[in-house]
Amino acid sequence: MTETVLRTGAEKRRFNVDMRALSPFIALIVLVIAGALINPDFLTASNLLNVVTRSAFIAIIAVGATFVIAGGGLDLSVGSMAALTAGVMILTLNNMGTGDMGTLALGMLVAIGLSAACGLANGLIVTFGRIEPFIVTLGTMGIFRSLVIWLAAGGTITMRNFELRELYRPVYFGSVFGVPYPIIAFMVVAAVGALILYRTSFGRHVVALGSNEDVARYSGVPIWRVRTLTYIIQGVCVGIAVLVYVPRLGSATPTTGLLWELQAITAVVIGGTALKGGIGRIWGTVVGAVILELVANIMVLSNFVSEFLVGAVQGAIIIIAMLVQRSVHRGR
Amino acid sequence: MDSVLRAENISKSFGPIEVLSGISLDLRPGEVHAVIGENGAGKSTLMRILSGHIPPTKGSLHLNGQPITFSGPVDAESHGIVLVHQEILLASDLTVAQNLFLGREIRRFGFVDDKAMREKTRAILTELGTHIDPDRQVSRLSIADRQLVQIARALLVPHKVVAFDEPTAVLTPIEAESLFEIIRKLRSQGVAVLYISHRLNEVKAVADRVTVLRDGRHITTQGIEGLEPLEMARLMVGRDMSKLYPEKPATASDQTLLTVRDMAVPGFVENVSFALRRGEILGFGGLIGAGRTELFEGIVGLRPSHGTIALDGKDVHFRDAREAMAAGIVYLSEDRKGKGLLLQQNLRINLSLAALDKFTKGSFIDGGAEEIALDRAIKDFDIRTRRRDLLAGQLSGGNQQKLLLAKMMLLEPRIVIIDEPTRGVDIGTKEQIYRFIASLAAEGRAVVVISSEMQELIGLCHRVVVMRNGRVAGEVAQADLSEDSIVYLATGVHEERAAEIAAGHA
Repeated sequence: MTETVLRTGAEKRRFNVDMRALSPFIALIVLVIAGALINPDFLTASNLLNVVTRSAFIAIIAVGATFVIAGGGLDLSVGSMAALTAGVMILTLNNMGTGDMGTLALGMLVAIGLSAACGLANGLIVTFGRIEPFIVTLGTMGIFRSLVIWLAAGGTITMRNFELRELYRPVYFGSVFGVPYPIIAFMVVAAVGALILYRTSFGRHVVALGSNEDVARYSGVPIWRVRTLTYIIQGVCVGIAVLVYVPRLGSATPTTGLLWELQAITAVVIGGTALKGGIGRIWGTVVGAVILELVANIMVLSNFVSEFLVGAVQGAIIIIAMLVQRSVHRGR
Repeated sequence: MDSVLRAENISKSFGPIEVLSGISLDLRPGEVHAVIGENGAGKSTLMRILSGHIPPTKGSLHLNGQPITFSGPVDAESHGIVLVHQEILLASDLTVAQNLFLGREIRRFGFVDDKAMREKTRAILTELGTHIDPDRQVSRLSIADRQLVQIARALLVPHKVVAFDEPTAVLTPIEAESLFEIIRKLRSQGVAVLYISHRLNEVKAVADRVTVLRDGRHITTQGIEGLEPLEMARLMVGRDMSKLYPEKPATASDQTLLTVRDMAVPGFVENVSFALRRGEILGFGGLIGAGRTELFEGIVGLRPSHGTIALDGKDVHFRDAREAMAAGIVYLSEDRKGKGLLLQQNLRINLSLAALDKFTKGSFIDGGAEEIALDRAIKDFDIRTRRRDLLAGQLSGGNQQKLLLAKMMLLEPRIVIIDEPTRGVDIGTKEQIYRFIASLAAEGRAVVVISSEMQELIGLCHRVVVMRNGRVAGEVAQADLSEDSIVYLATGVHEERAAEIAAGHA
């Protein structure tokens, strides 16, 4: 008798775990239905493509954040890092002068290299300094942000070369078979991220590290390398997001990337990744990023709430997502 | 003799699962009544019912012959029934006196009266035969002293029944002996003591009557006279336990595999040298805190250490566990839940974690191969799991240990270091683990067993190195293995003297 009873308990538990993985997808469907009811323009292909395109930056950054958070870390510096990377990239392009493909490629390389280096710095300080990642990345957040303000002398860094702008423009505004480039970039990053997290030893080590650092160490996981690599991956993701972001406005300002860390972490949490580490869900993160942009879009289309309050709503969403995670957890 | 507290036909169900059924028990004033049983037999549940933490589903409690129901532990305490918890539940940043009076501070003109509390604390600690400073911060006390503080806190309220839940789990033999003195003192004052343990030698030493539980049922209650530990084990498990230890494999060779010279782990271990031979089981005995765990963590690169380690005659130095594993040395931590297994992950992820390289094809993990390995591990190690996709934290202690063994054996090590192999493991599983350890040696591997259970070292090992205060105190050869010889080296005094010294010293 006991055996059957235990089994039902286990079934229920599994159902709950599935709920946790499924809930972002359910929330997405609910939001789409709500949007369709509120405004008939919502369900048009152009609007939906627009929403997903706009979510690309956050989604790409959030894929990186999924690694950091699943590994038991946190990176608050992503927004500032994006601003700094964008600023340096534009300055590089401006100073090269020539409007050809080679210049653009070099600028892109500089962007990825710089953001990877920023991630490496975060990772090394966290790993070898043995400081809470919250504090480390809070510090680098301030450093990166003020560096970009300094580079811009408080103003705006704009792409001056018109040829380059024209050459670069399609990376945000162009499309292949009707699918905008940002969406392609975002899907590729997510797919590669999922492959790394779910199918490689490194991904398994990230999850082990986030579950219990001591167990990982006693099991021979090279924890310093793994932890540093998660921050580098985060940096590279920021770099890729910047590549897609720069052609959109062609400039970087002191407010570029403001609160992106909030959005990226929110997307990760909505997606079902455990903030204390040990569980990482790339596809949940992707859906989380789209949900955030959908909410903003519905707010604009509906006129219920001022769109200036989008940040407040997103802030509320992360708190609600945490409450939901907590209650699901408690139910187990 | 009249009973002070009596349980009549107590049953307890959690949801539809019945964990206790029809238990009757009476506690008499001035007796030590031991309750023994395997893990999961219902000992702790019974204890929590008797001390008012949870109500029984069926049955009744009687206090001095009158039926009674407790509304909670505080209510039970007000009736003189106190429970000394197994875990240390003290605020470690507060002082001893502050902890003793936490939540029941003595006040004077609305302010806490530190002086009065300090005096009362000193009085009660003296009565327990200890001289812990009431102003000392609890975090600076040894585990044994913390336990004493916890006992003092329980005894602060007027008590007629005192229940101890596995009180010696964290104590060394000498500390345990002074605890028994306290228990005997309580008994002589006419207090009824309920004593829960699965250490049968202790039960034999301290109890007057023994109640055996098995699978939530009452098996027997008998006087201690003529009831030997072996018979208790048989009653607990329901079968003959005389063959707990397997034959020692005759594979111990002269071939030295690992030589450690002048090993030091700063703060814990100094100047340790020993040699480990192929096919032997080498025991490491000593008191808790003697530096055994730290020594081996230092050797496999989990702690900073220096000294000379020679493997097959070649000097080696491991910077982390990964390098030690690559050289064929694995260390299984005594802290299974904190350092051995990922409790929040499933069995498959836990099993393959240390040997993940064996499961990769190109850059990717081969999930199918992992599943096959899990099937084999479940079969080879007899891991009892009702579902394959359970989390490691949902397994019982014994099955967790088997999973940890399976995980490390995937590395095909030549040297296996097992720290407290049977801590928190029920007796049936112990036997399996012992047989497994013997088979490792029989296969020609070298095994190190670190254990605080002397019977285990004697029953299992070819020879035993005993450590004291971070140094090797001596070595006991197979022919001379006895509790007395180990205790002598571990403490520097013979066993019969140890108790006397503990009484005066603690």
